[in-house]
Amino acid sequence: MSAGQSQPARSLEPVSSPLEASLYEVRRKIYPRAVHGWFAAWRWAAVWATQLAFYGGAWLTWNERQAILFDIVHRKFYLLGLVFWPQDIIYLTVLLILAALALFLFTAAAGRLWCGYACPQTVYTEIFLWIERVIEGDRNARMKLDRKSIGLKKLGLKGAKHAAWIALSLWTGFTFVGYVTPIRELWAEVMTLSTGPWETFWIGFYGFATYGNAGWMREQVCKYMCPYARFQSAMFDKDTLIITYDGKRGEPRGKGAGKGDCVDCGICVQACPTGIDIRDGLQYECIGCAACIDGCNQVMDKLARPRGLIRYSTTHAMEGRPTRLLRPRVLAYSMILLAVLGAALASLYLRVPLKVNVMRDRAAIAREVGDEIENVYRLQIMNTTEQERVYEIRVRGLEDIEIEGEDRVHVGPATARTVPVRVRVERDEVEPGTHAIEFRVRARGVAGESVREKSVFIVP
Amino acid sequence: MSQFTSDFWDVYIAVVSVVSIVACAVFLRMQSVRKVSAKVETGGAKATTGHTWDEDLAEYNNPLPRWWSWLFYVTVIFSLIYLVLYPGLGSWPGTLGWTQVGQLEQEIARAESRFGPTYEKFAAMDVKELSADPQALAVGEKLFLNNCAQCHASDARGSRGFPSLADMDWLWGGSPEAIRASITEGRVGTMPAWGEALGEQRVKDLAHYVLSLSGGAHDSIRAARGQEDFAKTCVACHGAQGKGNSAMGAPDLTDKVWLHGGSEERIIETISKGRVDQMPAHKDKLSSARIQLLTAYVYSLSRGGAAMPHRK
Repeated sequence: MSAGQSQPARSLEPVSSPLEASLYEVRRKIYPRAVHGWFAAWRWAAVWATQLAFYGGAWLTWNERQAILFDIVHRKFYLLGLVFWPQDIIYLTVLLILAALALFLFTAAAGRLWCGYACPQTVYTEIFLWIERVIEGDRNARMKLDRKSIGLKKLGLKGAKHAAWIALSLWTGFTFVGYVTPIRELWAEVMTLSTGPWETFWIGFYGFATYGNAGWMREQVCKYMCPYARFQSAMFDKDTLIITYDGKRGEPRGKGAGKGDCVDCGICVQACPTGIDIRDGLQYECIGCAACIDGCNQVMDKLARPRGLIRYSTTHAMEGRPTRLLRPRVLAYSMILLAVLGAALASLYLRVPLKVNVMRDRAAIAREVGDEIENVYRLQIMNTTEQERVYEIRVRGLEDIEIEGEDRVHVGPATARTVPVRVRVERDEVEPGTHAIEFRVRARGVAGESVREKSVFIVP
Repeated sequence: MSQFTSDFWDVYIAVVSVVSIVACAVFLRMQSVRKVSAKVETGGAKATTGHTWDEDLAEYNNPLPRWWSWLFYVTVIFSLIYLVLYPGLGSWPGTLGWTQVGQLEQEIARAESRFGPTYEKFAAMDVKELSADPQALAVGEKLFLNNCAQCHASDARGSRGFPSLADMDWLWGGSPEAIRASITEGRVGTMPAWGEALGEQRVKDLAHYVLSLSGGAHDSIRAARGQEDFAKTCVACHGAQGKGNSAMGAPDLTDKVWLHGGSEERIIETISKGRVDQMPAHKDKLSSARIQLLTAYVYSLSRGGAAMPHRK
């Protein structure tokens, strides 16, 4: 049961005899060859954009606090000028829905755009590969190094590579935790080695995940673990952009007269981070990174043949039929995406930075005070602005209904207060039973910060 | 309960669990050494498992990496170790001796050690000091909402049958000692029923006398007749002036504060049927430090309302 036997043959030649194959196989390490070109430049642009945002975003300041902070301990999520409370969890849901719909749209229109350019797995693998290349050299040098028996030079190179990987991984873990606990305080703790047990654990956990996934797991994450890779075929159709090998132009491959444009140099296979041969057609392993396109174009340039033997195309285009971009599914995804985005933005814009919960006393239902009936409520008033506020409480819904005692509440910035409120009604003016009433809480001197909450008034 | 439980089920669960785990391991081993006679279709790049269903439905063989199967073995080993350490196999208690009750006790002990010093600090302070300490009052308010607000309402002003704690009218005394005693030991206030002994008319006369004590609208002829019965039957508890007696929780009848209502109808009901009011004892439910905090909170409510949360 050796790895050699278990590996199914990859060939266009017809094979008639059955092979003995295993359901598990030893992973063959992949040594992606570095390529340069248009699409590699785009991927690096995506790496820079996402990583500048990720590593840098945690250090931004807004209103004298961290601009982006998910303060789980105090249950407040700061996003630039916005402060989200746990009650705003719907916005997280909407964000996830938007992300999913955007993914559907991009996938339907342009295939595995996300996988090839923006997925953290791709981005970090790209960075780790770059480190590997700088220290150990390109594909051939790396393969040679791995075949060599262990020695000082090999130990030195491997040690340097892993040290660099681990350093970057720990910085990634640190940055990640820096979005949950204020990063400047965290940095001071790291420098004095006084991080709390959970901070230490999560820095280590995310660091290990980065190191393991981008350094060791690489394409296996896409092939065996990623759920998105499994269901995206549902969004593909014959007009979806895929990476294709132009067989009509390329075959028969090889060098010399009477052959196609493909010289069978194998660079497309060497460049592939998932170790497939794109000339075998569309395969589920292909993450659409276009490294093979860049590699092939380099060769075509040298041979003074037109570029695009491997190119972004569609199944329809390869069949010589026109490609339609505006298909019903693309239109539907776009429309839903725009509708949800519009609704989310409108809702964010109209959001009132004040939340009120009305809690009626449950056991003590009502009391008589002279000729009046009194009900007691507790109003939880949440000031989600970052300024102190004075709130005025009003009540309506019954004849001569009024608040007895204090009807003004001071609430500090981004805090909640719970205050008892006594509400009275003249006994003669109301029927016994349950009456719907409404509280209105309004910030003094601030237009638009006003909330209505329904409750009931009970007359015994 | 014994008809629902028997040793059989312990053994049954243990056997099913162990057999399942072992079966998983065996199945895993079988699959990882198994060879399928793969076929590579003409022109295709992929090997299939060699099975064909429904005439032409074949299955690609996309083998998992070998390390993946080791993850499965790890789960099998994990489950076996887990079942030795923790109670999972029928009545086997586990070598760690873990129980849900034990975990609860641990968590309570941890909370006690965390909050204990704060409470000790409060327990050492006297009620007047505490009632001026905003932190103590904040804790007191929470305790009040959890333990007292059900009857006395969240603003402590009570309702019919449950006295207001926010005024200076006390049934059992408003000193820190009296409040603490009320919370710790509870109180039972008993008003005997006079309906049968006195009859309807005399009860009504008595009610009008009681109404007259607090300056309410009353029939002065009835009140005058009632005064005689009051002097015979009520003075023992409510006193000659009707001012009440906090030693036995007898309310003051000369003010406008009525525990069971101050209308003629209600007073007649109280006199003829009697009342039994009970404040439960909290000594077994709350630690003395918590009772001290509650005492301070209630004390502060009646005196200027330092604890009233509207004020800053």
